[in-house]
Amino acid sequence: MSTETTPTTPTTPSPSTPGTAGDVVIDLHDAAFGYGERAVLTDATLTIRRGEIVAVVGPNGSGKSTLMKGILGLNDHVSGTVTLFGVPSQDLRDRARLGYVPQRHTLSTSVRATAEEIVSTGRLPRINWLGRLRATDRQIVARALDVVGLADRAATEVSTLSGGQQRRVLIARALAGQPDVLIMDEPTAGVDAANQHVLADVLDRLVERDVTMVIVTHELGALERLLTRIVVVDGGRIRFDGTPAEYTAARDDVHHDHDSHHHDIELDGHHDGLARGPLDTTRTDRRRP
Amino acid sequence: MIDLLTVDFMQRALIAALLVGTVAPMVGIFLVQRRLSLIGDGMGHVALAGVAIGLVSGTAPVLTALIAAVVAAVVIELLRAKGRTNGDVALAVIFYGGIAGGVVIISKSPDGTPANLMKYLFGSILTTQRGDLYVFAGLALVIAVTTWALRPRLFAVANDEEYARAVGIPVLPLNIVLAVLTATTVVVAMRVVGLLLISALMIVPNAASQLVARSFSGGLRWAIGFGLVSSVGGVALSYPLNTPSGGTIVLLAVGLFVVTAVVTGVLARVGTRRHDVAETHAHEHGTLCGHPAVTHGDHVDYVHDGHLHAAHEGHYDEHGVHHDHPAEADTTPAPTTGSRP
Repeated sequence: MSTETTPTTPTTPSPSTPGTAGDVVIDLHDAAFGYGERAVLTDATLTIRRGEIVAVVGPNGSGKSTLMKGILGLNDHVSGTVTLFGVPSQDLRDRARLGYVPQRHTLSTSVRATAEEIVSTGRLPRINWLGRLRATDRQIVARALDVVGLADRAATEVSTLSGGQQRRVLIARALAGQPDVLIMDEPTAGVDAANQHVLADVLDRLVERDVTMVIVTHELGALERLLTRIVVVDGGRIRFDGTPAEYTAARDDVHHDHDSHHHDIELDGHHDGLARGPLDTTRTDRRRP
Repeated sequence: MIDLLTVDFMQRALIAALLVGTVAPMVGIFLVQRRLSLIGDGMGHVALAGVAIGLVSGTAPVLTALIAAVVAAVVIELLRAKGRTNGDVALAVIFYGGIAGGVVIISKSPDGTPANLMKYLFGSILTTQRGDLYVFAGLALVIAVTTWALRPRLFAVANDEEYARAVGIPVLPLNIVLAVLTATTVVVAMRVVGLLLISALMIVPNAASQLVARSFSGGLRWAIGFGLVSSVGGVALSYPLNTPSGGTIVLLAVGLFVVTAVVTGVLARVGTRRHDVAETHAHEHGTLCGHPAVTHGDHVDYVHDGHLHAAHEGHYDEHGVHHDHPAEADTTPAPTTGSRP
C-alpha cells in the first residue's frame, strides 16, 4: 500500500494562513509510533500549520491515539522524523508549547484539590524550578479559567464538578501553559448534551483567539463546523487528509446509502485516491448486515 | 504536663514527636494522592534490616536504617518506572526480604532480645538519644524544606503523571525524590512511632484531613494539624499510661479520624437539607451569558428569570428572588424552569 496519505496535500488545507516554514507547528515524515519496537501507527506524514483546526478521527484501535501520543512524546518513536516547531522532537526542551488535554472522565479524586490548583499545574513549565506562581502567573491561570467559563468555580473542589466542567478544567490547565497548539483527546466523549453545548462555545472562543488545535475524536458531531481540516486514521495508517468539504464529498460517496450511525469514521482506507471517488466498489465489503 | 517536660527523656521524645508530626503528613499527602498509602510500611520493613545491621556491626542504627531505606526507595521507584506487571511482586520481595533479614540479623547482635526488637517496631519514648535528636532535627528540616520547595511539582506529578510527562516535568526524578523523602521520614519516626506504625502517621492524618478540606493546600494544613495533635498527644499520654508511644500515637490519630468522620457526616446531612438547588439549564453563567451579575454577600449571583443563581460545586444554588430586576421577575416563588433568554 502506498504511503501517500492524501490526494489533497498540495493545497494547503488552511486557506487563511500562508504556508511559510515558520508556520509549521507539527511536521511528521514517514513517522511510526508504538511501544518498544512494535509500531502501532506507521508511515504517518502530516504537516500542521499555525491556525489550523484539525480533527484526527478514526475508530477505537485505529491508531489515532498512538499518533497523538507520538506527537506528545508519550510513546516510543519507532522510525521516521517528527519535527515540532522546526526542532526534532527529541531536542524540543519546551514541551509545554504542546498543550495536552488528556481524556479523563474524572479528575483524580484521591485528594481534594480546587479547579484553580489543578489549572495552576499547567503554569509550572513556565516558572522557575523552585519558584512559585507570581501575580502574572495567577492572572494567566484566572484568565484560562475564564476562557473555559469556570471563573466562578476557581475555588470549587474539582471532584464536585460535573464531567463536562472537569473536561474544561483540563482545557484551562493546558491554556495556562500558553501553548502554541492544543492537542485534545476526545474532548466531547462522555459529556452530556447540555455540556457539549458549553464545550462547543469554549472551542468557539479558542477559535476566535486563533488557537491552533488538534482534536482527536471518534465522532465529529458538533465539532465539524469548527474544523479547517480532517485527518482519518484507520488500521494504523493515515487514510485521508483534507478539508471538511472534501471529507463530506468522500463520505457521501462512500455512505450515500449506508445505515451505520458511525459514518464519520468509516471512510474506507483500503484505497488510495479517496477523494477521487472509486470507493463505490468497496461499499459492499464494509457493509454491515 | 509540667512534670512531663522536666523528665529528660520525655523532653527528647516530645521534640521528636513534634518533628515527626509535622513532616510525616507533609510527605504522606503525596503518597495518598498517588495511591501508595502502604509504601511507607514497606520501607519500614527494609529499615528494620538496616537497624539490625547497625546493631550487629556496632554502627549507629539510625544511619544504617537511613541507608537501607533510601536504597530500597530508589530501587522501588525504578522498578515502578519500568512498568512491569509484576512490579507489585518485586515490592513484596523487597519488603519481606527486609523484615525477615532484620529479624534474623538482630538475633545475632549482643543485645538482640525480642524486647529490643519491639522498641524499633512499635516505638518507645525511652529510646531517643540526644545525638539522635540532632540527626532527626536535621533530617526533618531537609524533608520539610524539600517538600515545600517541590510541592507544586510533586502535586502535578501525583495528580496527572501522563500530563506532567507531556509538558516536560521530570516525572521519574520527582518520584524518586518523593520515595527518598518517604524513606527519610520512616527513619526520623522510627524512635517514637516505630517502623511498623510510621506509615499510619503519614496516612491517617491525611485521611482525616481529606474529610474536612476543600483544597489541596487546606488538606495539607489540616493534615499537619492532625499529625501534630496525634504525635505530641500520643507521646504525652504514653508516659502516664505506660503504653508504647507508637501505638498510642496511631490510636489517637485513628480516633481523630473517626471523630472527624462522624462530625463531618452529621454536618453534611444538615447542610444538604438547607440547600436549594436551582433548576438545571444548559448554559453556564458568566460575563457573556446575558444574565445580570449582582453581588450577594461574599459572592456573585446571576439573575436568571428574577431568581438569584449562585455557582456551587457542579450546579447552581437557588438564592431567592431578586427585587432590583422586577422586569425579569417571575411571580412564582418556586425555582423557575428558566431557559436561556
